[in-house]
Amino acid sequence: MSLLNRPSDNRPGPKDFARRIRAHTLRMVHAAKASHIGGCLSMADILAVLYTRILRVDPDDPQLAGRDRFVLSKGHATAVLYAALGECGFFPLSELDTYCRDGSIFTGHVSHAVPGVEVSTGSLGHGLPMAIGMALVARAAGNGSRAFCLLSDGECDEGSNWEGILFAPHHKLDNLCVIVDFNKIQSFGTVAEVLNLDPFAEKWRSFGWHVVEIDGHDVAALERVLSAMPAPSARPTVVIAHTIKGKGVSFMENKLEWHYRSPSDELLAQALAELAS
Amino acid sequence: MRTTFIETLSQAASENPDIWLLCGDLGYTVLEPFAAKFPDRYLNVGVAEQNMAGIAAGIALSGKTVFIYSIGNFPTLRCLEQLRNDVCYHGADVKIVAVGAGYAYGSQGYTHHALEDVGIMSMLPGIEVFVPCDPNEVRAATRLVATSRKPAYLRLSRAGEPNLGSAEVTDLRKPRVLRQGQEIVILASGPIASRALQAADELAKRGRDVGVVSVSCLKPFDETLIRKLARDAALLVTIEEHILRGGLFSLVAAAIAGVAKQAHVAGIGVPEQAGKTSNAGSRDALLDAAGLSVPAIVATIEQFLSNL
Ligand SMILES: [Mg+2]
Repeated sequence: MSLLNRPSDNRPGPKDFARRIRAHTLRMVHAAKASHIGGCLSMADILAVLYTRILRVDPDDPQLAGRDRFVLSKGHATAVLYAALGECGFFPLSELDTYCRDGSIFTGHVSHAVPGVEVSTGSLGHGLPMAIGMALVARAAGNGSRAFCLLSDGECDEGSNWEGILFAPHHKLDNLCVIVDFNKIQSFGTVAEVLNLDPFAEKWRSFGWHVVEIDGHDVAALERVLSAMPAPSARPTVVIAHTIKGKGVSFMENKLEWHYRSPSDELLAQALAELAS
Repeated sequence: MRTTFIETLSQAASENPDIWLLCGDLGYTVLEPFAAKFPDRYLNVGVAEQNMAGIAAGIALSGKTVFIYSIGNFPTLRCLEQLRNDVCYHGADVKIVAVGAGYAYGSQGYTHHALEDVGIMSMLPGIEVFVPCDPNEVRAATRLVATSRKPAYLRLSRAGEPNLGSAEVTDLRKPRVLRQGQEIVILASGPIASRALQAADELAKRGRDVGVVSVSCLKPFDETLIRKLARDAALLVTIEEHILRGGLFSLVAAAIAGVAKQAHVAGIGVPEQAGKTSNAGSRDALLDAAGLSVPAIVATIEQFLSNL
């Protein structure tokens, strides 16, 4: 057994981990000619903190009883999660090369066939209710396990999320933490243009959540906030992580087109060089 | 049926501490005994079926057996994608229990009539589908799904349905003979089987040899037995409180397609409501209006026989 993130752990820091999973993701999306690189890069620092500092999960025993649960609700941004799980040792890193290939378990929306993945998503608005169910059982078991759920901003258009957002504070689910990758861009435009979420934090607060707004690329701030779980106030926590879509690759940052495009050989080399510098 | 369900579920829950029950703010005067006995395993999620289905999947994926309960179309069609992705794709141990099969909610109107649910739910991968005809079958079905460790749909009517066969239901996955007879075999799913029995009595008075079989398990479907009946009978008639598409008739027709010597198959069901408004009426009145009165069933079968 090799439980991650025990207090005694001395694992590589989140910054280095984030750099590595960004690079894996760029190579995977390039090789597969796949999409969704922008939303993968915006959440890379969040995953890096979760998998190097927070989640109590075991790469040698992915179904370990009493583990923390991580639910990726924005299932399209799966390449970077696969990369993070590979970095943690849930499977050999070489398997990332099969992403989206014929016969691979590494599908283009997150698949629970992959060791370390809790649930498959892809249709938006499904992750939060499932994470709530996991948090309810963990609380009943009293084993200290927590449920983390990563939402995109665009999927906050889905009514099913707001059903869950109403439910969790009513049931005082203090072992539930939602993280919103608030990169301000969704599938077909900016959040402000398509369906404005503002005032976003106030909405959560008025529903009864413990709301924390941070820079989603500040790994120290992420670690500080996510370490404070369960929340002290008998409320679920939402971390509104202000992020930049395409973060880390200058020509992809804040560009809607990188929700869809796959980098050419030249752009891949340029992106990897930027990450390495 | 509702009472039998909750009594049986409460019994199962007292034997198995991993059984949970969620409802979508419905179940007044039905679910209270369970809620009182197992407050830590009962949740009224509120009027939010998508959330209920997703939460149920999350609970089940943490090792529990979860029942979700609401009226007809609400825990089924309203949250269909959650059932497809969150429950069935993950093989989560969730049981969907709908009350108000067919026209059971009578005058409440079309929104409360479950007429397409069986076909739609049967399409979901890996789910088992049960449409019990009487309280004895409800008891057997509830016991069965409580230990099956896989997704199931349980379609209940409401209250006061009579028992139609013996109390002993040995294997609910097999069709259950309610009335012996071989020349004409009426296959019925759900409480509409009581009308099938009455129609059979009337046809018997006219000299026909008529059997009635309750087919409560629509998935997995016992095609072997249906094929055997089709070899021995002159006419198979299906009766269901559901549209013909996707229900019992579709399953029977598919099961015997390609069987060399087979009976003719005739389907009796509810017409699609396409763009027509639904009138008020009791379940009985609505069934009569839909062509499912006992005399209409008898006449329809006579008509089929005259065409053989
Ligand atoms: Mg976005």
